[in-house]
Amino acid sequence: MFESLTEKLDPIFRKLKGRGRLDEENVRQAMKDIRMALLEADVNFKVVKDFTEDVRSRAVGQEVFESITPGQQIVKIVHDRLVELMGGGSSHLRLANRFPAPIMLVGLQGCGKTTTAAKLAHHLSEKGRRVSLVSADIYRPAAIEQLKILAKELGAGFFEPRDLGDAVRICVEAIGEAHAKGYDTVIIDTAGRLHIDSEMMEELKRIQNAVNPSEILLVADAMSGQDAVSVAERFNELLGIDGVILTKMDGDARGGAALSVKAVTGKPIKFVGMGEKVDAIEVFHPERMASRILGMGDILTLVEKAQFAVDEKEARELEKKIRQDSFSLEDFRNQLTQIKKMGSLKDMLGMIPGLGKMKALKNVEPDEKELVRTAAIIDSMTRKERLNYQIIDGQRRKRIALGSGTTVQDVNRLLKNYAEMRKIMKKMTKGGMKSLRKGNFPF
Amino acid sequence: MLNNREDGGFFEKLKKGLEKTRKSLAESVNTMIFGEKVIDSDLFEELEAILVSADVGPVFTHELIEDMKETVMRKDLKNPETLKRILMEHMTLILKSTDAPLTIRRNGPYAIMVVGVNGTGKTTTIGKLAYDLKRQGHAVMLVAADTFRAAAIEQLGIWGQRVDVPLIKQKMGSDPSAVVYDAVQAALSRKTDVMIIDTAGRLHTKSNLMEELKKMKRIMGRELPGAPHEVLLVLDATTGQNAIVQAKIFNDEIGITGIVLTKLDGTSKGGIVVRIAKELRIPLRYIGIGEGLDDLRPFNSEEFVKAIFE
Repeated sequence: MFESLTEKLDPIFRKLKGRGRLDEENVRQAMKDIRMALLEADVNFKVVKDFTEDVRSRAVGQEVFESITPGQQIVKIVHDRLVELMGGGSSHLRLANRFPAPIMLVGLQGCGKTTTAAKLAHHLSEKGRRVSLVSADIYRPAAIEQLKILAKELGAGFFEPRDLGDAVRICVEAIGEAHAKGYDTVIIDTAGRLHIDSEMMEELKRIQNAVNPSEILLVADAMSGQDAVSVAERFNELLGIDGVILTKMDGDARGGAALSVKAVTGKPIKFVGMGEKVDAIEVFHPERMASRILGMGDILTLVEKAQFAVDEKEARELEKKIRQDSFSLEDFRNQLTQIKKMGSLKDMLGMIPGLGKMKALKNVEPDEKELVRTAAIIDSMTRKERLNYQIIDGQRRKRIALGSGTTVQDVNRLLKNYAEMRKIMKKMTKGGMKSLRKGNFPF
Repeated sequence: MLNNREDGGFFEKLKKGLEKTRKSLAESVNTMIFGEKVIDSDLFEELEAILVSADVGPVFTHELIEDMKETVMRKDLKNPETLKRILMEHMTLILKSTDAPLTIRRNGPYAIMVVGVNGTGKTTTIGKLAYDLKRQGHAVMLVAADTFRAAAIEQLGIWGQRVDVPLIKQKMGSDPSAVVYDAVQAALSRKTDVMIIDTAGRLHTKSNLMEELKKMKRIMGRELPGAPHEVLLVLDATTGQNAIVQAKIFNDEIGITGIVLTKLDGTSKGGIVVRIAKELRIPLRYIGIGEGLDDLRPFNSEEFVKAIFE
């Protein structure tokens, strides 16, 4: 619903365009929408309050630039501040000076600890470490078995507990065995538990005291709601966590929990889980997360790039044509020149929110070489053909192919893609894609 | 850990499970109401804070508050205590539309398919559900159609032993539709009353995995007309606004007939339930309020709201 936050904000600033500074009143109004966007993204209520207050004071008095709309400008301020707040701090694991270095994973039930343990083992093995896994989850049925299977698949070490009486003893023995067998890293997968279950939390404390982990990482679900803060707060208070791993980021949750957790613990988000495969773990990127929380793809980069490359008047002209459904092959040809100025086409498409999901788009996604060929084909058409592609029959296609040094199939493909593109443009103008209103781009 | 506690009645258990929820929500509402003498904009702001913090969702909260402001004006309310009652009634009314317990029809095997994203508690819910249905006198069978996650079959198997019901399974990595096919044949020949099918957790955004569910559903329906009779979506109460998206997409793709809301024994407020009821009108069948075998409770809107506000 906040696919086009800037679009929502623009009317507030309509009068402001091109003159003066952002004032108290219109920034305050804009903050209402920003606040809703953040809450909708599950950023904690209190965190939102502090954040909007902070951003408001930063935004008021800023000059309004000619080049972008005040709405875009506000969103950019919000975005930059989000990045700033979620960044900072080292995202590296501190595993030096210990042999073996224990890493302890903690979190609620179902947040993805076991899968994350396997992914982390994979990640560290790739970096040349010798990793052994141990499960301290003596409660959930088959939890130990699950980790054992994953360890075997990875070719990582696995500690086979002798008896299941005590999670603390299992961890201590696992460290001893890892030392003896020459593993330099031990990842401890603990049982999921409620942060208010004092008995179970006490168990974590005992494990911590017994093995003194190099890193204690809180595993948190990217889909978490308002309560993510109390969970993170409690785990951090008790254990003094070193960082956070955000899981299930391959879904479509906006992931406001990332900001919440960072805000209450001050600890960096070190990794994100992006899928079910063992290599689906990535280093955290605050910029991507900020855009995601605001529900806007990487639109800011897009806006910046587009402004750089596209003549504004031309863009307006283009927008009109798209709206009137009169986007001709000639316009398409002009666009190709612009695209080259803007960088990789695929990146451009990926930056547009919502567009990545459109199935039809897959066929319209040309590679860079294709661009050259496409330009050649269009150059070989007559003006009449470019303005009305429907007159291009078999004979004409043959001639165009010959003229451009391509095949009839190439020409057919281009025409098909062009037709599909027009369809998408129609959808875009009908749907909420008007966010690309200014400095925007038709794809 | 999985002891079968017998203390207290349903209402007490529910209250206990929701204690944290009750405390935080009710305390704030009470402080707010007894601390304030009049209904003013501060009061509404505080109310908004409570609802948003309870994951009701910002837009829906706004609607609720506007509704109440109107009621206050129309009825010329002065007393903050009355406002609390109105809020309770309002929430109960919305939830009432989804007040429909699961009823098992007794004519051939009744198939319950359990779906949801990863880590919401599907397998644990199935264990508790099997226990409950068996206690009601049904011949229950578990079906291990999560052939993807490591040790998922073993996990369900342990629940099968605990509850003492049979398990239909194949090897890890086999086609879940094949498991379902086997299960239907077995259920027919053994005169099983209820078969509960565990499926692999999947994010609703993975279209290939949603197709897999459709196929399972199709095979089931072909082998056993009318099956699956119930498609239960398991939602995690700690989930934020994405729970709505999950429910919508699972519903669009495979058709959800009931929802189970798990992990209400934490500090998550479960306010998402109200938004689900309002927007999707899918019956809320059960709530999970603990780790014990009998900690799966039929959803009841009045008691739910009462337990929150009392």
